[in-house]
Amino acid sequence: MKIIEYISGAIIPIAISIIIFYGLIEKKNVFDIFLIGAKEGIDIVIKMFPTLIGLFVAIGLLRISGILDIVVAMFFPIIKKFQIPEAIMPLILLRPISGSAATAVATEIMNTYGVDSFIGLITSTIIGATETTLYTITIYSSCIGAKKTRFVLLAALAGDFIGVFISILIWRNLS
Amino acid sequence: MLNVLWPIFIISSCIYSIFTGKVTKINDALFYSAKEAVNLCITFIGTITLWNGIMRIAMETSLTQKLKKCLHPILKYLFPEINKNEKINKEISMNMIANILGLGNAATPLGIKAMKSMQEINEKKDTLSNSMIMFILINTASLQIIPTSILAIRSSLGSQYPTKIIFPIWISSACALITVITITKILLKRRKH
Repeated sequence: MKIIEYISGAIIPIAISIIIFYGLIEKKNVFDIFLIGAKEGIDIVIKMFPTLIGLFVAIGLLRISGILDIVVAMFFPIIKKFQIPEAIMPLILLRPISGSAATAVATEIMNTYGVDSFIGLITSTIIGATETTLYTITIYSSCIGAKKTRFVLLAALAGDFIGVFISILIWRNLS
Repeated sequence: MLNVLWPIFIISSCIYSIFTGKVTKINDALFYSAKEAVNLCITFIGTITLWNGIMRIAMETSLTQKLKKCLHPILKYLFPEINKNEKINKEISMNMIANILGLGNAATPLGIKAMKSMQEINEKKDTLSNSMIMFILINTASLQIIPTSILAIRSSLGSQYPTKIIFPIWISSACALITVITITKILLKRRKH
């Protein structure tokens, strides 16, 4: 437990030092380059902002109205079979469809159960370990106009499922 | 997709809550959620701006060249059909590097470029080729050294150990990636026979 915390904590400082060190060795104007990248970063967040607002409100409404509970209840057999914590089911359902919706739902879950709780840690790990599968497939196959995607969706969802399963497994054994 | 889901989410919640007598709660939720999104975005501005700046430095140094060299044997294994096409190889590895560094916004345009180049050597234009399938699937299960946005969310919610999840995320996403690659390799081999 302590070791994982320590390794995880050391990753960012190590990565940042290596990168800046390399820049220095190759005699780049490190700070100027940093500023160019940082400016792009602000653009990314500003572009993301309207989507996040829209989906945060939608997810907030779903939760308060109780509809989310009804939908989760429909998946009860699956939840039981794979021993998935009920609280993270909305995240599992939305994760492949929309990144912003998944962010909204994850934030709600972590707000309710606590960021550093068992549920909060699983939620964080799932968000980090999986991708917006459906969106990715749609973008890449539509950009070349391919209609027959063969087994892509199936394989991608299998990957997501394993990602979720391992995330739960890890925290079940650690906490 | 969201053009369908978003209205369903909002209308069904509103109507359902009117019938179950939760109207005041719905009003609170509207404003609370909007505020919550703003809070998160403010944290995002800090983390993502910082990280994008750092990664920009990585992109300008020879670190990316080194990563590309490391990726070369992996690409050879994953995409046997485009082995000799230098252009496609380069585009695929740039996309993978952007994903690994967590520059999702840079990764997508690079990926689209790679898809279009692969389409040029694709025999059936309306069907995804083997390499395209592998490429898309790797993108749906890509590894990321620093999962920036989840770190931002965790610190905006006041986590005591925001970075605690990095190592577990590596393990889970590596498992997902291996699953996806194995399934693809098996299914592609089976269809050949």
